[in-house]
Amino acid sequence: MGMKFTFVIEGGNFSKAGTASSEVKKILKQLNVDPKIIKRTVVSLYEAEVNVVAHAFEGNMNVEIFPDKIVVRIEDKGPGIPDIDMAMQIGFSTATPEVREMGFGAGMGLPNIKKNSDRMNISSTINVGTQLEIVNYLK
Amino acid sequence: MVKVVDVVDKLNAKVICGKNGLNQDIDFGFASDLMSDVLTLDTDNLLLVTGLNNLQTIRTSEMSDISFILFVRDKKVSQEMKELACENNITLIECSYSMFKACAVLYEMGLEPVY
Repeated sequence: MGMKFTFVIEGGNFSKAGTASSEVKKILKQLNVDPKIIKRTVVSLYEAEVNVVAHAFEGNMNVEIFPDKIVVRIEDKGPGIPDIDMAMQIGFSTATPEVREMGFGAGMGLPNIKKNSDRMNISSTINVGTQLEIVNYLK
Repeated sequence: MVKVVDVVDKLNAKVICGKNGLNQDIDFGFASDLMSDVLTLDTDNLLLVTGLNNLQTIRTSEMSDISFILFVRDKKVSQEMKELACENNITLIECSYSMFKACAVLYEMGLEPVY
């Protein structure tokens, strides 16, 4: 059994984007997790959180912390991703001008999540939503 | 290695918050308005130079363990940004120079590029 936390992510609300990832960072710090692992983890969570804010209507971040790993599932209700292989390519983006104004939308999010996680699984259904699972080992 | 207080002095800059970080040394500089690029870095002890003044600049720095942000082109820090930065012990500095000029001065002072 791990420790479980759930955070709500509001689609379209950029002033709140990052609050869930920030809470996870505080928890991992309190648990004295290696700062390098914390950084990798929260960077990938933040990228995922920004994706939900940028593309979906609403979402959840479910975090489970075990002695040896952290497992995070980010699920959203939204338009879904028609072609995941394409979305994984650096530079491919469907972001709006508003998202670009916030400093994102360069088609780098998903590839950076992959880089900063030990395991990453993504699945999506058009007009339903997207599920992303990130696993990082703590040792 | 460059002292933050010397950066403030050389750039005629203004410290908005995080004055207790002024005596620290920084090794690297990275200039970008694209937070996606900032999030790909795994460098410690970095000064972020940016003209992007919104909350996501502070959030990106929080996640990336960046403790020093220099805003160029006379971009002003909002109250919300200041509060979030304070909460995370991030030093915010405002400067009226262009990004190019600020980077030139920082390079001259000995700040190193990330790549």
